[in-house]
Amino acid sequence: MEEHVHHVEHPDMYDPESSKIGMWLFIFTELLLFGGLFLVYAVYRYMNADAFHLAAEQLNTTIGAFNTVILLISSMTVAMATTALQKGHKKIAIGLVAVTFLIGVGFLINKWIEWGVKFDHGIWPGSEHMLETMSQGEILFFGLYFVMTGLHGVHIIVGMIIMGYAIRGLLNGKVNAERPSLLDNCGLYWHLVDLIWIFLFPLFYLIT
Amino acid sequence: MSEEKHHIVPYRLYVIILLALLALTFSSIAITEIELGVYTVAGALLFAIIKSYLVLTYFMHLKYDKPYIKIMVLFVFAIFVVVLVITMLDYLYRV
Repeated sequence: MEEHVHHVEHPDMYDPESSKIGMWLFIFTELLLFGGLFLVYAVYRYMNADAFHLAAEQLNTTIGAFNTVILLISSMTVAMATTALQKGHKKIAIGLVAVTFLIGVGFLINKWIEWGVKFDHGIWPGSEHMLETMSQGEILFFGLYFVMTGLHGVHIIVGMIIMGYAIRGLLNGKVNAERPSLLDNCGLYWHLVDLIWIFLFPLFYLIT
Repeated sequence: MSEEKHHIVPYRLYVIILLALLALTFSSIAITEIELGVYTVAGALLFAIIKSYLVLTYFMHLKYDKPYIKIMVLFVFAIFVVVLVITMLDYLYRV
């Protein structure tokens, strides 16, 4: 009995629940990645408490606070995009994701300015100024500052790329009220980026 | 496949959560400007934990998800706390 079983040509494998679990599992790995860095921060800070206070005073709290505020707003706009899509307001959803994207650009520009000021003061990993004038603890603080805010910045860029795909999907209709997973997961990723910043901000900018 | 229709979160709720998050941010900045010694960090971290709870619950929809996702998220944070506590115990009691 030689019978060919033909599968349906394009089986619809869309499953929002699995998509969501997959995204969460990925988010867990991200949380533990940053968790490891926070662990390093906790130990170094415990061993160099005074140096960390001293070094943190050189960070600009105003620019840090501004970035916190705009990132929180962007988290709201991307969450609202899901609501808009569920209500069938496709254009509003696209607009909200676009606003979120622009806030991401704003965040990166601020980061660029902030890092630029540090570079002007001769502060970057391994710089002569740091090695000659700073204590071990201050060097560790700025090392962690550049690695952790840098890695966070990379996540901002990745989040914005995912938003690009979400907008494309919304425009060509592949992401719609019946299949919102890409937009939902894009939102989840962006909230993760926000979540990490919620801890980075007080630990680096507010410990003076 | 037929799941109950997704819970649609009203825009208004997101605005309320954002306002709460902003209020907590400014409170944490205010509290760190007062000299409280070791309590400064504790205070700032407490505000950060409340903020992350709000983000996870409302923005990340955990409130409307099935319980097993919440349990997994709690488990991940529990792992982190356990590792942090064990590491710090090591450093605190080193001679």
